[in-house]
Amino acid sequence: MKSHLLALYNNMEEAGLVLDELNATKLPGFSMKDVVIKSPIEHPELSEKLGKRPVYVQLFTLLGVLFGPITGLTLVASAQASFIYQVRGGRPVVPVPPDMVLTYEFFILSGVLMTVIGCFIGWKLPGNRSPLYNTRVSEDKIGILVKAEESTIPYLNEIFKKHHSLEILGEGVK
Amino acid sequence: MSHMINHDVPDDNEIQIEKKFVPKDLDIDKDVSWAQINKDVLRSLDRPRPVFWVIFFAALALFSFGVYCEKYQYENGLGVADLNNPQVWGLYIATFIFWIGMGHSGTLLSALLHIIHADWRKPIYRYAEAMTTFSLLTAALFVLIHLGRVWQFYYVVAYPNERWVWPNFSSPLVWDATAIGTYLTSSLLFLYTGMVPDLAICRDNATGARKKLYTFMSLGWQGTDRQWATFRVTYMTLACFLMPLAVSVHSIVSTDFAVSQNPGWHITSFPPYFVAGALYSGCAVIITLFILLRYVFRFEAYMTMPILNKLIKMTFAIAMVWNYLNIIEYSTVWYGANEIAKQQLLDKMTGTYAPVFWGMVFCSTVMPFTLLIKFVRTHLPTLMVVSLILNFGMWLERVQIITPTFGHSQYPWTWTSGWWPSWVQFGIVAGSFGWFTMLFMLYCKIFPTISMYEVKEMVHDQSKMLKAKGVA
Repeated sequence: MKSHLLALYNNMEEAGLVLDELNATKLPGFSMKDVVIKSPIEHPELSEKLGKRPVYVQLFTLLGVLFGPITGLTLVASAQASFIYQVRGGRPVVPVPPDMVLTYEFFILSGVLMTVIGCFIGWKLPGNRSPLYNTRVSEDKIGILVKAEESTIPYLNEIFKKHHSLEILGEGVK
Repeated sequence: MSHMINHDVPDDNEIQIEKKFVPKDLDIDKDVSWAQINKDVLRSLDRPRPVFWVIFFAALALFSFGVYCEKYQYENGLGVADLNNPQVWGLYIATFIFWIGMGHSGTLLSALLHIIHADWRKPIYRYAEAMTTFSLLTAALFVLIHLGRVWQFYYVVAYPNERWVWPNFSSPLVWDATAIGTYLTSSLLFLYTGMVPDLAICRDNATGARKKLYTFMSLGWQGTDRQWATFRVTYMTLACFLMPLAVSVHSIVSTDFAVSQNPGWHITSFPPYFVAGALYSGCAVIITLFILLRYVFRFEAYMTMPILNKLIKMTFAIAMVWNYLNIIEYSTVWYGANEIAKQQLLDKMTGTYAPVFWGMVFCSTVMPFTLLIKFVRTHLPTLMVVSLILNFGMWLERVQIITPTFGHSQYPWTWTSGWWPSWVQFGIVAGSFGWFTMLFMLYCKIFPTISMYEVKEMVHDQSKMLKAKGVA
């Protein structure tokens, strides 16, 4: 059984020291992969200490920019082709230059939509909520959330206290 | 990871160079606390100055008058607007372009300044993006209004149908609708995505119905490292999409005119001219709203004079680009071989619409030079008046593009001297300003107009930079 623990800190420097110690200490039933930072702003300096955590939004963007123009051009051209029996006075049924304008717009629209969908999936929102949260995180505090075996929790608690945590919240989960 | 270069830490040489150029004024106070930022911005959602309600109800009154005019036109037809051949568009399409143009710069500037990491955008980009959304919604109304009998919109929608009406995808009007639809969708998503971390702050501090709204809209944001990393990539990607999209939108709007054969419209430089005009009017509105919001919501600590100064400089630069393109447009016609276009230009300058043309020249060409005067830049009431004059000038610009061409086209029968829009048109145009202001003020009362998390980042980065330079 694993438990969660959330510690709040005043600033990034303090939180950074905690992460350094967590990195250096090899505790049983605990891995840096189970550490989550919660903060009011982005924190590249802290994120670096957590190791590489890939972001997959770009893949969705790529899908969007590939499928958008193909789908857009197909839609427009098929709409034009459905009028193939109408008198066109010598003009092409599927005129390429004007269709490029519309294809371009579909390219952007699809790219934007897929990027946003990828973002929501990456955020795991709205479904997935982290078990411990403190509203002070959205104000000015830095939260460090850890998940570890119950037997390891007291050691983590000690590390948090050692670095002058403002508050420590805990909750048992299966 | 140790072999990777850390770009956040400037090298010694960089620090030495930066030390020489320490900014005289920081964009915002570096000592303002993060908690204070939350407090100040959230206060704006509760207790604005009473003038907020004065503006809101004045806008509501204006909007109501516009609705009355539209009802009158709806019941009696376009005749009451004095619209007939050759003057078929009047103020409606001119105002449509004005609103599209105004919407142009909010998202474009936000995206551009984000891409180039111009931090001073952070306290002002949110309301600029909201302005974009409401401008586009206002512009869309005119597409319907200018039809007179609005239900006829059904007949102009291009889609394969049993009536064998050819969906003319070669028409710029179809491109226009597609581009504006794409722009509105993308701008809304850009605005919303950028607002999610702030909605979580609102959620954490609200009660009652507001809490429910913010909880729903913030999607359970908790500010985790994974959420921030995903957010950053998403926001930058969206900004990269929106830059070319915004340029394409107003270029396409310009093709509504430029691909026609009408004198005064068939000009190669129209797309950049429209884009520059859109940016210009948008910047002027951003200045107007800057001064307004700063006072109404007591944002003096965030919407600071150094930021306003940068905004003014950018507006002046764009105004000069617009002026240049204006000169290019008229010189092309003047030195070109198209006699009708030349006649039309002369008519524009000396005929019925001369006041509109010279009004535009005064408001949009001459007035920007007043921004060079320090008093104008620093005295907010004066600057407010100047920014409104610039806006008015840009509205006149759109009118002088459309009306004189219809009134002096290829055939003599179109040469209608003395045509002037009826009060119904003016009423509906005024109503659109009421509609925009009303929506915008409502937005400001419900959603944070300053990006709290980005201002916190700004303060954090400023402190870090000053510490690195040993200034703090």
